[in-house]
Amino acid sequence: MSTPRKPPLPAILLANHLLDGDVVFFTSKSWSPDPRRAQVAHDEASALVLEREGGAAFARQEVVDACLVDVTIAPDGMPVPNHFRERFKIKGPSHRPDLGKQADFGVR
Amino acid sequence: MYRYDEFDEAFVRDRVAAFRAQVERRLSGSLTEDEFKPLRLKNGVYLQLHAYMLRIAVPYGTLASRQLRQLALIGERYDRGYGHFTTRQNLQFNWPKLRDIPDILELLADVEMHCIQTSGNCIRNVTADPFAGVAADEIEDPRPVAELIRQWSSAHPEFDYLPRKFKIAVTGANHDRAAIAAHDIGLQIVRNDIGAVGYRLLVGGGLGRTPMIGRELRAFLPKNALLTYLTALMRVYNLEGRRDNKYKARVKILVHEIGIAEFRDRVEAEFAGLDRAAHDADPAELARIAAYFAPPAYEKLPATSPAFESAQRANPIFAAWVEANVFAHRQPGYAAVTISLKGIGDAPGDATSAQMRAVADLADAHSFGEIRVTHAQNLVLPNVKQADLFALWRKLGEAGLAEGNVGLITDIICCPGLDYCSLATARSIPIAQSIARRFAAPERQREIGPVSIKISGCINACGHHHVGHIGILGLEKRGEESYQITLGGDASKNAAIGEIIGPGIPADAVPDAVERLVAVYLAERQAGEDFIAAVRRLGLAPFRAAFAQEARHAAP
Repeated sequence: MSTPRKPPLPAILLANHLLDGDVVFFTSKSWSPDPRRAQVAHDEASALVLEREGGAAFARQEVVDACLVDVTIAPDGMPVPNHFRERFKIKGPSHRPDLGKQADFGVR
Repeated sequence: MYRYDEFDEAFVRDRVAAFRAQVERRLSGSLTEDEFKPLRLKNGVYLQLHAYMLRIAVPYGTLASRQLRQLALIGERYDRGYGHFTTRQNLQFNWPKLRDIPDILELLADVEMHCIQTSGNCIRNVTADPFAGVAADEIEDPRPVAELIRQWSSAHPEFDYLPRKFKIAVTGANHDRAAIAAHDIGLQIVRNDIGAVGYRLLVGGGLGRTPMIGRELRAFLPKNALLTYLTALMRVYNLEGRRDNKYKARVKILVHEIGIAEFRDRVEAEFAGLDRAAHDADPAELARIAAYFAPPAYEKLPATSPAFESAQRANPIFAAWVEANVFAHRQPGYAAVTISLKGIGDAPGDATSAQMRAVADLADAHSFGEIRVTHAQNLVLPNVKQADLFALWRKLGEAGLAEGNVGLITDIICCPGLDYCSLATARSIPIAQSIARRFAAPERQREIGPVSIKISGCINACGHHHVGHIGILGLEKRGEESYQITLGGDASKNAAIGEIIGPGIPADAVPDAVERLVAVYLAERQAGEDFIAAVRRLGLAPFRAAFAQEARHAAP
């Protein structure tokens, strides 16, 4: 039997909203387009809770492509993904600062 | 231009209604994502990094002004005021909401457009020479056969679930401006020894993770046999193409594995067994299609326009734009104009809704209402009077569309990359922007001459990097974006795959690396020798050496 994969920590749960495709973050009880409101899992147990919530929200037809993303918490409290791919996903197109969350929520 | 008949119209409207019902079922929860995904992909709807993306087919890159205006409206009403023209002559919107897409499709159907077969394992939009019907070096206009293939391949019951996607490009000229050797099937209209017009067929070209140049399947196929022959070819592929591994599923892999001779034998055997009467195109239908592409009502004009000549003498910036962006027309007194969507610092291929409207208005005023999309992500006004060129150029300038860089080093082909695409491994647009800014000076671009830089943000090669004179591939290396440079690729008649010239370099080193490659060329070129010719003559060694200096310099 293989060992269950351990989620990298700390982590947040992000997905694309089914209706409009926008990137959304799981807060303690719902989905928000604002990354600052993302619930951060600091231990394995809470990361697994988040992961299960992603699967449940997918099954409830709320979101698609839900996944846990490991982050570093910036001094201003913003969870910043450790991988550049998710950093762009959270910010928006890097050549268009007028679009995406960098415009809507001041994500840097 | 081709116009829908009542069957086309009913078919597209039915598909919009079907997709509307599918979206409703998805939103109500009666379709799961797994069930819905293939349905949305059949209608050109992808999910990208930040949002859904809608890919709209522009058949063989031909647009009417009313269609471009409708795209402008959709961009404004349902997107963020711009669209992206792709290397397959299509248009993508990057921010549509799923719930709005049925309404967008309805607006598209109003102007005889759709998103059918812009995704999925089917025959995709047929692409063609953007100068079709106007090029002086053309044997025949490729648009009628492109339209015939479009009709034949649309919702074709037998070829709707192929092992993998399938791309066809057509040219009617000897100079390949449609990159036919980089397609699953490349079709070239040719004349045989006795003067009959037919097709030369290439098969098994394609880029992606296993780049290959198409091989000649038939040197000459009589025109009337085309659909039967394509049926035979598609049958062999559909039956024998691999379905166990998506990375080995394109027809190029089948051709490579069994060899072109064996592949040809199988196609010819299938062809011989088919009932031609049942498969060949109906000549009456062919004539009906061809009639839509009759030349417009050209005026009888002298071959040259004195006003145009004097405007060039008086205005060197205009003259430079003419030199790069204006293409010789077969009709005396006319020209074909390429409108660059590569403004310095802009995202290649992007056009705002305002720019789309400006181009549509200019097409109405100067080009019989017709526009073409090029695989190099520019637009073409195919039928402009030479005497109108100066006025046209000034109006293009007002719309921010007068960049005179077509075919030059800043006319960069570039996929959306990691700024939009969920498959991408690195960004490509900022690389294009930084190279364009580095080489922005028009006189320097002219001094360097024709060079094609093509950038892809992943191995799937939507930016055609393998066939760029200088190809740039964005990858991930140790958690950072890294760029692999290839040299010697060619998308023209002399199609070739570029070779890697050294280790990957970081994004900020790319403009310097390009600079070093260009410096080798400038130092070594012979009189009149352009970049790719010099690369072929010199070989890669001097370029590798220059690149190695940059790679060492850029090493962390």
